[in-house]
Amino acid sequence: MDGYIIGTIIKAVLVLAIISALAGFGTYIERKVLAFMQRRLGPMHVGPYGLLQILADGIKLFTKEDFIPSGANRLIFMIAPAITAMTAFIALAAVPLLPEFTLFGVTVRPIIADINVGILFVLGMMAAGLYGPLLAGLAQNNKWGLLGAARTAVQFLSYEVVTGLSILAPIMIVGSLSLIDFNNYQAGGIGEWLIWKQPLAFVLFLIAGFAETNRTPFDLLEHEAEVVSGYATEYSGMRWGMFFIGEYANMITIGFLASLIFLGGFNPWGFIPGGLAIILKVSFFFFLMLWVRASWPHIRPDQLMWLCWKVLMPLAVINVTLTGLVMMF
Amino acid sequence: METFAFYFFAVLITALFLVTVLSQNILYAMTSLAAGMVLISGLFFLLGADFLGVVQLIVYVGAVMALYAFAMMFFDATGSIKERHSHPALVFLLGGLSAVLMVVIFAAPQIGQHVEALYPAAAGANNPQAVGLVLFTKYLVPFEVAAVMLLVAMIAGIILAGKKMERSLSKINDSELEQNGGKDEQ
Repeated sequence: MDGYIIGTIIKAVLVLAIISALAGFGTYIERKVLAFMQRRLGPMHVGPYGLLQILADGIKLFTKEDFIPSGANRLIFMIAPAITAMTAFIALAAVPLLPEFTLFGVTVRPIIADINVGILFVLGMMAAGLYGPLLAGLAQNNKWGLLGAARTAVQFLSYEVVTGLSILAPIMIVGSLSLIDFNNYQAGGIGEWLIWKQPLAFVLFLIAGFAETNRTPFDLLEHEAEVVSGYATEYSGMRWGMFFIGEYANMITIGFLASLIFLGGFNPWGFIPGGLAIILKVSFFFFLMLWVRASWPHIRPDQLMWLCWKVLMPLAVINVTLTGLVMMF
Repeated sequence: METFAFYFFAVLITALFLVTVLSQNILYAMTSLAAGMVLISGLFFLLGADFLGVVQLIVYVGAVMALYAFAMMFFDATGSIKERHSHPALVFLLGGLSAVLMVVIFAAPQIGQHVEALYPAAAGANNPQAVGLVLFTKYLVPFEVAAVMLLVAMIAGIILAGKKMERSLSKINDSELEQNGGKDEQ
């Protein structure tokens, strides 16, 4: 029992450290990829190929004045960024990150909490993440912040419905809510991947995932051209940084979920071992998010709602109904 | 370990809900209510009811509280509210009595140790399956009635909100707006 607790703590600390570092590295990758797609160079001056830019950004974020505007609700203003970061990392607790491996004679299972309702837990925790931007916007006594908060509530609540419904059809096929069961279901190689049985659910989940992680073209929460910076308008320094660590952690979580549910998870893929396979898949989804950001413009809030309630949700319901009929007969 | 976790959660939940009731600031009240809801799911996890714990997270934290928060957009969230109590003593008496009554109702069978599950969980079924089995056999009628009620509420909501729905504000031409001079067209 003691070994179990210590092991869990070590795993939690490792995930926290690695994902935060990846979030920092993600900003560098994002800038480089966007620059490449727009035929620019991106960060070049600090270190070789601008690699030390992450360090410079980190120093800037940590040493910037932590500013709290007058008239703001100080306590809520201060804890709101922590909510975003915390819920993003708690969601990762139920995600099996890599296949089992043996280290110094001990079998390590790279999942912090193996609960048998893993998918629902991750989705629920990501849903709770909406309180970060929402409370930030309400507490800062700024009208742009308030608009950002209103958009947070509308966007996250609407797209949660699509995420839940789109994932329901794969859950019906596999018959389990555990992400490990999903992975084992697709163990038979590339032909067994759920994306071939549920292509529509995959596309819907990906679109809703973009909206839930606040990525372009659905980044209405902090749309610079309309609401300055939305919920993050009054934030500076590391509190602002925490919102971004949370956002990048959520992107990684969505990448893991999409690979585990639809793309065969951490099963060995041809000659590629399982651990590398899932890292490649998650990297692809991360790249896809940057690619889409470089390719598409923002959309208007009414278009966002139109897309959610008049296109995606009916499609998701039809998909669930069809899957149910096919499974019954 | 479990006892410690239970008291930890219990104390935190009570404290947070006390903040909800006693705070003058609606932002504090809403935040503590949402945080309390998150911690209640911790109690479900302790009891081994993983599925219900997650449902608590999704339904209460993700949906119900978020709708409250959405309604809060229409208030000044940073100020505090002055409540008017006309009969504080009466409110205290009635509230205290009903609280004591609730405690007695829930504590009596446990003290008497006559608690038996009417529909014990099916053997071998995991958490979501056990909930589903009970929901679709013993409680099928209340479940369906609840579904019909939600449908009715949804239709009513659409009708209430649906006036002038076919008229999209973003599709009006600028010239049309200028003709009306900012006044409503009726």
